[in-house]
Amino acid sequence: MAMIRFTVNGEPRSLETEPDRPLLEVLREDLGLTGTKYGCGEGQCRACTVLLEGRPIVSCLTPVQAAAGKKILTIEALAAGGPLHRVQQAFVDEGAMQCGYCTPGMVLRAAALLDQFPKPTEVQILAALDGSLCRCCGYPRILAAVRRAAGMTTEAAYAAR
Amino acid sequence: MQPGDNFEPERFELREGPLYHFEVDRREFFCALGAGVLITCLSSDAVAQTTSPQTANPRTIDARIHVADDGTVTVFSGKVEEGQGARTELAMAAAEELGVPLERVRVQLADTSLTPDDGLTAGSRTTPGTIPAVRQAAAVARGYLDAERKAKTGAPVKAPADWRLLGTGKWRTDARDIVTGAHKYPSDVAREGMLYGCVLRPPAYGATLESVDLDAARKLAGVVAVKDGDFAGCAARTSYAARKAVEALAAGARWQTAPRSSSATLFSDLREKAREKVAPLAGSTHAATFHTAYVQHAPMEPRAAVAEWQDGKLTVWTGTSNPFSVRDALVQAFHITKDKVRVIVPDFGGGCGGKHTGEAAIEAARLAKEAGKPVKVHWTRAEEFMWAYFRPAALIDASAVLNRDGVLEAWQFTNYNSGGAALQTPYRIARKQEKYVACDAPLRQGSYRALASTANNFAREAFMDELAAAAGRDPLDFRMAHLDNERIRAVLTAATERFGWARRRKEKRAPNRGIGVACGMEKNSVVAACVEIEVDPRTLTPRLLEIVEAFECGAILNPANTRSQVEGCILMGLGAALREEIQFENGRLTNGRFSAYKVTRLHDVPPKMEILLLDRRNQPSAGAGETPILAVGPAMANAMFEVTGKRVRSMPLR
Ligand code: FES
Ligand code: FES
Repeated sequence: MAMIRFTVNGEPRSLETEPDRPLLEVLREDLGLTGTKYGCGEGQCRACTVLLEGRPIVSCLTPVQAAAGKKILTIEALAAGGPLHRVQQAFVDEGAMQCGYCTPGMVLRAAALLDQFPKPTEVQILAALDGSLCRCCGYPRILAAVRRAAGMTTEAAYAAR
Repeated sequence: MQPGDNFEPERFELREGPLYHFEVDRREFFCALGAGVLITCLSSDAVAQTTSPQTANPRTIDARIHVADDGTVTVFSGKVEEGQGARTELAMAAAEELGVPLERVRVQLADTSLTPDDGLTAGSRTTPGTIPAVRQAAAVARGYLDAERKAKTGAPVKAPADWRLLGTGKWRTDARDIVTGAHKYPSDVAREGMLYGCVLRPPAYGATLESVDLDAARKLAGVVAVKDGDFAGCAARTSYAARKAVEALAAGARWQTAPRSSSATLFSDLREKAREKVAPLAGSTHAATFHTAYVQHAPMEPRAAVAEWQDGKLTVWTGTSNPFSVRDALVQAFHITKDKVRVIVPDFGGGCGGKHTGEAAIEAARLAKEAGKPVKVHWTRAEEFMWAYFRPAALIDASAVLNRDGVLEAWQFTNYNSGGAALQTPYRIARKQEKYVACDAPLRQGSYRALASTANNFAREAFMDELAAAAGRDPLDFRMAHLDNERIRAVLTAATERFGWARRRKEKRAPNRGIGVACGMEKNSVVAACVEIEVDPRTLTPRLLEIVEAFECGAILNPANTRSQVEGCILMGLGAALREEIQFENGRLTNGRFSAYKVTRLHDVPPKMEILLLDRRNQPSAGAGETPILAVGPAMANAMFEVTGKRVRSMPLR
């Protein structure tokens, strides 16, 4: 057992836990933040994506101690009570979800991409999202949503491929 | 359309007898909803899909609509939402008939204490079965509201020409909750004092538990451990602690194992274990054997359930397409009566045809009973791969008599092991013999998106291409020459014209590129696709560069959702065509994880993907979540032949 302190969605938290527990499970079970999803536990689906110091990570493979002293952002705080983040809004407008289980991870990956490159190229979008699984295979709509959030037209996107 | 038309019963469902709907006291309803009008609609359709006609209760309650005095409308249906769009479609249907805005309609799905039993959510039955019942009930309710008079049965529903909401594109009504992470999936449900459960799994299929030392787990702090017959598991304050406890159990567990088969000998085993032998087609001029692999559904959310016992009553939240059957399974497992069990199905994270059962529900309930506290069980991906059922592998023998004029005179088609969906050829052939032969299967198998039609349509469409080549005909012309079905002809025409089939057949292609076509029909909807692929000359594996798919499912209720379903089907079918193949050795999976079993990923999405939806307002609406999966595999196989000159007779394609 160890005392872990970190900041989650802007709030300082401290909890006593086994240091090798996956961050994913601490978020879901101890902090009740169930927006972050479990999909594989082996870093292969990215449903468990959260932002650690602004960078997307797979929380299923991240031991909680690796987050000690750091800032974590989960899907619950992306809109932070205000209007939806432009990526979230684009997912709603483009209907970029079927079951929606992959959506939080996809949204956070896309939001992090736009933070880094406000005007990403099609190639950058593909690179950022390849590796995030959607078993409903809603990839075309997901791509459309990210392009919309990036202010890119579909024609421009196709021309780039 | 008659109930049961074009319907393939779920062959592998483990179902017990006829279903009875759970009648709720009228008072309970009005307590929950306030005063208003409650309309109940009877139909025989829901039953037709889950039980055989002989035993079916001929009529069940298919839909209820409550209109509160403040105008709020609530639709009740036993169907579930797993991403296929049922919730929005049901709301649209009610809003349309009642003439109220979509936002005024609430949809209560799948709760065995609140909703009627609409049977299994599968086989594309919500659109042709439940939607008409909801529309009917809503039309009756409109009659009440308009005239404040007693309802007449048989109130007319709106003709498609008068639709204002149906036929327009609507996305999920709860999209906001999904993008903010607020929606509670079954694996997100939390109850006061809840523990997390973990189950001791056998090391291989068919292994039985001889003994286990529960004390090894019980001596860990806060751990509840139980063994009951073949079941053993633990519950603890965190999943981490529950896992550690089960590891402690596993270390001392003794199993009885027996040798099991392996995927290397799968197809010869199936032939050996066929329950029937089929005599070859007399005078056949062409014959070929096709294989499709075992695949796993691998929905994004693995099986999950939360169970809670209170005063001898059990409540379970779980992700299943079959809530009432899961309730019955719980009744059986715990020797209690139906009124003591409530199954609630929150909108869940995908099923892909693979969540018709309630394993996690039973496991969670057993642990919760022992613990005296609510327990959640959320399967790991590895558990989902190994212990959920598989889409059955298929061995298919096809043979035909092709005469000198290039006309098919006779046809024999035998599916071993995978099922009878879309077994019948839509092509005009004078003599036909089509058969499904069951086998003693090596793995636990069950439904899949579109059932056995993926295998049957693949084999048939690939074989038709072989026959076209043998007859010296263009694959499209050869199909058309044998095709009377107007609907299939129409989608074939739409897809091939858009693709430029006739022109592109004649064009010289870039090296290693080929084009192919395929069509199919199932569940009263039709599909056709043209593809262009590129074959890696070294590995001989294909990549999909372009697909044009035309799909027709009668009058389209929600074109936005239909398009999404078609796209999703194509890409899911692409995974099975490219790579998906469960491998096992002596009863153990050897690739049961996403790093080894490669489902469709973003980089597989073809750069060009075009969907043509043919809207037939004068045809009954059919579902769209299955049939569009049928064409991509065979179209790619046929395109590979153009490149390599070798016929591809297995899925994955090689
Ligand atoms: S759950 Fe973390 S990558 Fe799949
Ligand atoms: S929407 Fe279901 S997994 Fe992506």
